[in-house]
Amino acid sequence: MPTAIEFREVSFATVQGKLLLDRISLTVEAGTITAILGRSGSGKTTLMRTVNRMVEPTSGQVLVSENPVQEENIIQLRRGMGYVIQETGLFPHFSIERNVTLVLEAESRPRDERARRSQELLTAVGLDPASFAIRYPHQLSGGQRQRVGLARALAAEPKILLMDEPFGALDPLTRAEMQDMLRDLMSRLKKTVLLVTHDLDEALYLASRIVLLEEGKLIANLTPTDFLRSSQPEIVSYISAFHRGEKAKAE
Amino acid sequence: MSKFLSQYGSEIATLTLEHLWLTSAAMLLAAAVAIPAGIALTRAPNWAKPVITVANILQTIPSLAMFGFLLPIPWLGDRAARIAILALTAYALLPILRNTYAGIRAIDPAITEVARALGLTDRQLLFKVQLPLAASFILAGLRTATVTCVGIATIAAAVGAGGLGELIFRGVASVDNRLVLAGAIPAAVLALAADAALGLLERHFRMPGK
Repeated sequence: MPTAIEFREVSFATVQGKLLLDRISLTVEAGTITAILGRSGSGKTTLMRTVNRMVEPTSGQVLVSENPVQEENIIQLRRGMGYVIQETGLFPHFSIERNVTLVLEAESRPRDERARRSQELLTAVGLDPASFAIRYPHQLSGGQRQRVGLARALAAEPKILLMDEPFGALDPLTRAEMQDMLRDLMSRLKKTVLLVTHDLDEALYLASRIVLLEEGKLIANLTPTDFLRSSQPEIVSYISAFHRGEKAKAE
Repeated sequence: MSKFLSQYGSEIATLTLEHLWLTSAAMLLAAAVAIPAGIALTRAPNWAKPVITVANILQTIPSLAMFGFLLPIPWLGDRAARIAILALTAYALLPILRNTYAGIRAIDPAITEVARALGLTDRQLLFKVQLPLAASFILAGLRTATVTCVGIATIAAAVGAGGLGELIFRGVASVDNRLVLAGAIPAAVLALAADAALGLLERHFRMPGK
């Protein structure tokens, strides 16, 4: 598999001098889902945001398709990547159709192309275009909004999808539905996905690689099976923090 | 009453138009300065406090004094209407500036973040996202400014700029309440009409669902 994203010794420090990323090196294969795990403040989101230059590393390099992102036109770079966040960030003044196709609108693509694309995308994320295209974000449930967010991220047919805890705010059942939908969709579309999450289950279910960060350092980069088997203390303590209820009742 | 109207009717109409012209010119000028300035302040928030403070101070100058200050300035002092328009502009700046700034700052950061991450240019971000989302705020500022200016414009008559204040000043000088009312009532109607019209526009731009 060719490399889609490569982090080379990427560090990032805030203006106050706090080190959020500490010399992270990592390669992400094209067409795979990589989950970035870690507790809050471990640098997961910051690492993801260096890919579309929402964060510029203080040192080191990020390469996409072997080209350093720092040398690319920032607008073109971002339009070539899907971006989904937990709060969705749907535009409240736009209809769902316009939300989904905003990137195409920004590129001045013709109206009929945008309408067609919006139909395809809404169908792909499991929303009926006939009833959803003309609605507004406030008329949708949390899960539906997240579907729209995903459709919007796919609009410009990006090769890379950046997802920052996309399902973190959803109830467990809706979250499970969304995970199934994403899994199906990604197995068909073959996108390279960076998925930031703190949910171990989600990472195991969706990803083919699991990266664990702690205090800005890369602790592990393993397949889900190896991750579960690992005896590395940081991994063990991360895993043991999940399913505590079940374990307690089993004992 | 009908005798009074036949005597002053056409004068009232002319002065109302003059009043309208002074106020609209000032509002256009103020909007042209304050909206871009408000946008600029959201890009350089360090400047927001000092700039808004200056606009605030302008607001506190008594209007009669403001007209007086401007009178000796060359070119400006040549025509009373110029003074009136400039003074009214100064009063209109603060509400528009403050609301533009606050309206854009009030937008959910997640929305701005996504807009940038999707690859919108600064221009597209401004015109497709920030201004439409802040529109009802900005219009509310314009509304406050307009109503204030319609009122203050009556004082412009003191420097000979005309407008409905002319009738009021004349009525006060000659102790004729009918003349005072002939100036005050149309001025109040103008203010209410402007308030209602801008209010409708403001509702039109309010977010769906709010």
